[in-house]
Amino acid sequence: MSGETPEHEIQLDAFAVDVRELLSRTVASLYSHLITRPTGRAVRMAIEAQLGELEGPTLSLVDFSSVSVLDYSCADEVVAKLLLGIREGDPVEGEFFVLFRGLRAFHRDPVMEVLERYDLHAVVESEGSAVELLGPAAPAERALWARVEDQGRIPASDLEDTLDPEDRDALHRLLRSRSLFRDPYRGDLYALTELARLLDP
Amino acid sequence: MRVLDLPQSLDYRSVGEVMERAVECRGEKVLLDGRRLRFVDPVGMLGLLGNGRYLGEGSGAPPRLALDPDSDVHRYLARMNFFEAAEGVLAVEGVARPRRGGASDVLLEITPIAENRDVHALVEHIQDRAGTILSRTLGYPPSAVIQFAVILSEVCQNILEHAGAPGWVAAQTYQWSRRLGRQVLVLAVGDLGRGFRGSLEGEHAGRFGSRWGDATALEAAFIHGLTRFPDQGRGQGIQQIRKQVRRWGGVISVRSGRARIADSADWEALPPMEDGLAPFPGAWITILLPAAEGAGE
Repeated sequence: MSGETPEHEIQLDAFAVDVRELLSRTVASLYSHLITRPTGRAVRMAIEAQLGELEGPTLSLVDFSSVSVLDYSCADEVVAKLLLGIREGDPVEGEFFVLFRGLRAFHRDPVMEVLERYDLHAVVESEGSAVELLGPAAPAERALWARVEDQGRIPASDLEDTLDPEDRDALHRLLRSRSLFRDPYRGDLYALTELARLLDP
Repeated sequence: MRVLDLPQSLDYRSVGEVMERAVECRGEKVLLDGRRLRFVDPVGMLGLLGNGRYLGEGSGAPPRLALDPDSDVHRYLARMNFFEAAEGVLAVEGVARPRRGGASDVLLEITPIAENRDVHALVEHIQDRAGTILSRTLGYPPSAVIQFAVILSEVCQNILEHAGAPGWVAAQTYQWSRRLGRQVLVLAVGDLGRGFRGSLEGEHAGRFGSRWGDATALEAAFIHGLTRFPDQGRGQGIQQIRKQVRRWGGVISVRSGRARIADSADWEALPPMEDGLAPFPGAWITILLPAAEGAGE
């Protein structure tokens, strides 16, 4: 799938993952909770297998809205290890991004805990549609991420004039953690939610 | 035949004494005499099962258990599925097994945990009942049922990932009129597996040198979140359980081998660490969660 901006077309694939649906398909149809490490591992590997079939930059929309119980072992597998694998290019190589959706209040503790443990960021759309950068980010990273999130897209030409050295470090870290997307051709910065909006059929 | 008298109240406070005496009787035929038993909580029930299996493995035959068939304790044990769990573990003497009733006020009957799917089944099963008890009886917010399910999941995974042997879990609430003036939820999890020391030994014993033992292993897992897995994401379960228990003003203790470690509350001050206990195998976790102040008034 690809989305269009008024100026040009972004070459990006997207796919949506309903975690509950994936859980019933890959683990057991009787399970409705994201609990225990083997279950989390199976769900993560199913997502990675889908990512492995795609070549270009890809946005994965991982939806937790139908999951009620998420324990720490599963958060470790489905959030932390998935993000870590994407960042490190192991086991799937490629430019992948994850937007977690449908996060509920009682999912936050396990998710925050595992992000903290691995020093990872996650872009999360909570129920009620508040979007946040979760995880241990520096103030400059949070500020820059929030700026891009507010605007949706910042053209490369606007960036050059407004980033000080601290912002440039922050940008580097946000791109490394796949919390923002940079158009490889034009250099424009995109919030993941903006990509999701553009790619939504 | 050695007779091991059970106390009148077999609960998280007294079960340790029974374990101590079971270690002394290991290898002999034993009668667990529970005819005076008048109160038993989930920790006591799992302790009885653990003693039964431990003594049975030592002597080659399940020890006998005598109970007063007319006592409330007997009926209560039946409601908690104790007699089903005791099959092959204890030879319960001379009483017909009472039939269980329909609807139950039990929070969680004794449930064996041997596989991943047992944890899933447990969490599915307990949602409705736990929701009612946690909110109405303990006065916890509605979201507590999810946090409680997470605790259950993590604590049962401790059996699967570290014990290398099956275990049991059970929970119930009680009115602690004298001690606290509030309801308390008692959650017990136990197994006869390799224990924390056995689980961590291969990976961590070397760095502790001569200090290595049950107490240091418990400290390493309970305080520092060490596990035998090199994976950075492991070892969070027990840390998060401790955090949540603390938020609810509760108590958690873990006995493994010769040691017991605990996080106390002002209403129940357990020693932070006990060492030199009798070497009872496995890991025995007790969690006590008090009702919120003002709940049920």
